[in-house]
Amino acid sequence: MSEPPTLGRDDVAHVAALARLSLSAEELDTFTGQLARVIEHARDVAALDVADVAPTAHPLPLRNVLRTDEACPGLDREEVLAAAPDVEDGRFKVPRIVGEAP
Amino acid sequence: MSPESALAIAGAVRRGERTARSVTDAALEAIAGRDPELHAFLHVAADEARTAADAVDRAVAAGRDPGPLAGVPIALKDNLCTRGIPTTCASRILEGWRPPYDATVVGRLRAAGAVVVGKTNLDEFAMGSSTENSCAGPTRHPMDPTRVPGGSSGGSAAAVGAGLVPLALGSDTGGSVRQPAALCGTVGMKPTYGLVSRYGLVAFASSLDQIGPFARSVADAAALLEVIAGHDPLDSTSIDRPAPEIGRSLDAGVDGLRVGVVAELLDDTAPDVARRVREAAEDLARSGAQVEDLSMPEMRFGLSAYYLIAPAEASSNLSRYDGVRYGLRVDGPDVAAMNTATRTAGFGPEVKRRIMLGTYALSAGYYDAYYGKAQRVRTLIIRAFDRAYERVDVLLGATAPTTAFPIGERTADPLAMYMSDVCTIPSNLSGHPAISVPFGAGDDGLPVGVQVLAPALCEGRMFQVAAELERAAARRAADGERGT
Repeated sequence: MSEPPTLGRDDVAHVAALARLSLSAEELDTFTGQLARVIEHARDVAALDVADVAPTAHPLPLRNVLRTDEACPGLDREEVLAAAPDVEDGRFKVPRIVGEAP
Repeated sequence: MSPESALAIAGAVRRGERTARSVTDAALEAIAGRDPELHAFLHVAADEARTAADAVDRAVAAGRDPGPLAGVPIALKDNLCTRGIPTTCASRILEGWRPPYDATVVGRLRAAGAVVVGKTNLDEFAMGSSTENSCAGPTRHPMDPTRVPGGSSGGSAAAVGAGLVPLALGSDTGGSVRQPAALCGTVGMKPTYGLVSRYGLVAFASSLDQIGPFARSVADAAALLEVIAGHDPLDSTSIDRPAPEIGRSLDAGVDGLRVGVVAELLDDTAPDVARRVREAAEDLARSGAQVEDLSMPEMRFGLSAYYLIAPAEASSNLSRYDGVRYGLRVDGPDVAAMNTATRTAGFGPEVKRRIMLGTYALSAGYYDAYYGKAQRVRTLIIRAFDRAYERVDVLLGATAPTTAFPIGERTADPLAMYMSDVCTIPSNLSGHPAISVPFGAGDDGLPVGVQVLAPALCEGRMFQVAAELERAAARRAADGERGT
């Protein structure tokens, strides 16, 4: 069986970018050391041969739950928008999403 | 003078012997006096509490049923949504947020006549075991201000432990109710997954999170659980069947019950903690229980499995904090830059660690080796419980490996902090209920908690054993005072 992968500085930089977190060089070093220890500890699990064991995603036998298709009141729009950082015309306002048209 | 029980307060208010307003004012006064040192509360909702108390008093005066928890002050962990009252999760990213709705448990508490007096401190987004990962600073242990109250529901545990309120709610993803309850000398329990609605509980790890009660007695904890338990159509993982009756079994004793003492919940704990668990087992045997030692070796993999599964789910749940709909926004030239600037400024170091750990465990190339393996280990742990419950009715062990530890001791070493959860994690992975009952003190004089674990939806049996342990602990305390 192959050795479980380890975690290095490049991995931390990669997952930070995926998770939309920006790290300083110093933070990157600290987090790499700390997370590597946790992953090192997790090698006890990673090294187990459990191919014949079914995974558990959830403690309950889940099924889809649907309510009856009847209109019912939702949250008050003004109350919801009052908590938003920026709104315009009853909508959430965000910075530019796509580039300028050519 | 020992503080009053929730049930005594509710009885007096229901009979019209005391007003909910006077009880509430006394709780607010106690909080104002003690909390500047303790820092259990992030927000005290004094006006809302007085208004709610007055409504209870009007119901009593009008001859209407004010509910089973009439006039009982309760504190809520600040990851439970309260309409119009700040809900921050101790995170800068939610500073000042006032939810537009109540969590289901909050609605149930109001309907039962309980009075919400405030929101309590926690590790940011419930990620931690000491309440030190709060953007507002740590909560202090009620008996020793140089020590932590445990976590992540440390504010709720400290508020109940210090006698500021008789009841509180927390959330337990890997032990975040039971571990601080043990450290602060209160009762704390995690219900069967799905027994209590998670609607309005800010999500950390959705397959593990459950809301649970803190109280100073087993009977009070049972009364609070009975109020918050039950099906909720707003939570698709809520169990759609009547909630078990709990309070009726408290005086039944343990004669003939089979109790298994779990080696894995004892071997790695400090000797003074292990000794108390052994004493608890002896007392149960003396009261007629059949006690045996057993081993569940699969539990040894619980910590690793949990610290892959919980961060994986957290990394997904916390992707919603993007600076768009609520909470903090730090501006940037485009949406991606705004997201990154907001999350970088809004999350503290432990939350960032968990998000990155979870993103790593789920990412291509590592998924099978880590997250996939952890899910299979989760199955092994559930099977181990199933085997154990063929032999015994309940399991017994320590709640936490040590008594309350000094502030700052484990903050530089996340893995050392994670070890605080080693005895509580298995029940979250399996979805089973577990309760921590105060049982004497460690060598340092600080409280020790003994944990009772039971099969899914067997809360009645679990509370039955917990009540026996409470009586046994009281007998030992009385014997100690008499010097016998």
